[in-house]
Amino acid sequence: MQRLKIGVLYSRVRVEEKWIFGAMEKRGIDYDRLDDRAISFDLEKPEAWQQYDAVLERSISYNSGLYALRLLNAFGVPTVNTAAVAEVCGDKLMTSAVLARDGVPQPHNVTAFSPEAALDAIEAFGYPVVLKPVVGSWGRLLAKINDRDAAEAVLEHKSTLGSVQHSVFYIQEFIEKPGRDLRIIMIGDKVLTGMYRSSEHWITNTARGGSGELCPITPEIEDICLRASKAVGGGLLGVDLVEHPEKGLVVNEINHTMEFHTMQPVSGLDIAGEIVEYVVKTAKNSDQ
Amino acid sequence: MSTVTCPECEAQVELAAGTEAGEIIVCSDCGVDLEVTSLDPATVELAPMEQEDWGE
Repeated sequence: MQRLKIGVLYSRVRVEEKWIFGAMEKRGIDYDRLDDRAISFDLEKPEAWQQYDAVLERSISYNSGLYALRLLNAFGVPTVNTAAVAEVCGDKLMTSAVLARDGVPQPHNVTAFSPEAALDAIEAFGYPVVLKPVVGSWGRLLAKINDRDAAEAVLEHKSTLGSVQHSVFYIQEFIEKPGRDLRIIMIGDKVLTGMYRSSEHWITNTARGGSGELCPITPEIEDICLRASKAVGGGLLGVDLVEHPEKGLVVNEINHTMEFHTMQPVSGLDIAGEIVEYVVKTAKNSDQ
Repeated sequence: MSTVTCPECEAQVELAAGTEAGEIIVCSDCGVDLEVTSLDPATVELAPMEQEDWGE
């Protein structure tokens, strides 16, 4: 069998990338580090990219990562994850749509395209509600709206100051969660590990200071994660679950380039190694 | 151990063993984020500001 050649597309060498590079080197894998600020794609010269048996996408920028995946997939290069999965996972509304299509439990969401329609929807919802940008991460620009005055102010600010994408108003019920949510890592059709993320703040993202604690994988967690993964197209995913007081576990969002700097030490697992093994299995000349 | 000069405050910042090109380090004097742009010779630049579509 010919030796595999893997590309790792990245923006910054975070600790996760250091672990992934280390896992590649430990396995003797021939790989290139591809800084997404330094690369370009010539559509008449796809062979420059077709040398790769697989590319692992770890871009911090959603746009750069998504367009790179689209081009790589157009060139026939297998990627982790695929462009189709990134399209769905990088957009909260698209994620909600496929979860709804497949009947996977999620928080109640309403979408509107004008501040007036959004205000009507929020009033019908009752307060508090949460407004989220459809694209964005690390808990940025989430707004908990407690009354009509706040709703009017935030909607006006978003429509006036935001990019066009902020005129898609994604309104979600506020969930009285028990000070924590769950981050579950899926690799292919396997639930690898999970942790509780706790915070005094209503935003429990570890990028916002939340802390992690190992979460035992129950049959219920496994079931909802497998269904969520299938809905978005599968792959290497970080599924965020919330314990809803009436609905039980619901899928809050699904990350396609997840960070695991908290999860790897909490779980004691070599998550970077598992990721590399999965990329090798996905590669076009893989014998695994 | 390599030492670089912070472009913001001109402090001398030491690169820890195992530092990689592309890694973000923090200036111990002024706290600014610095991106390691090369290891031999060791160079740093101010790290890019966080963009709206950044995340996981």
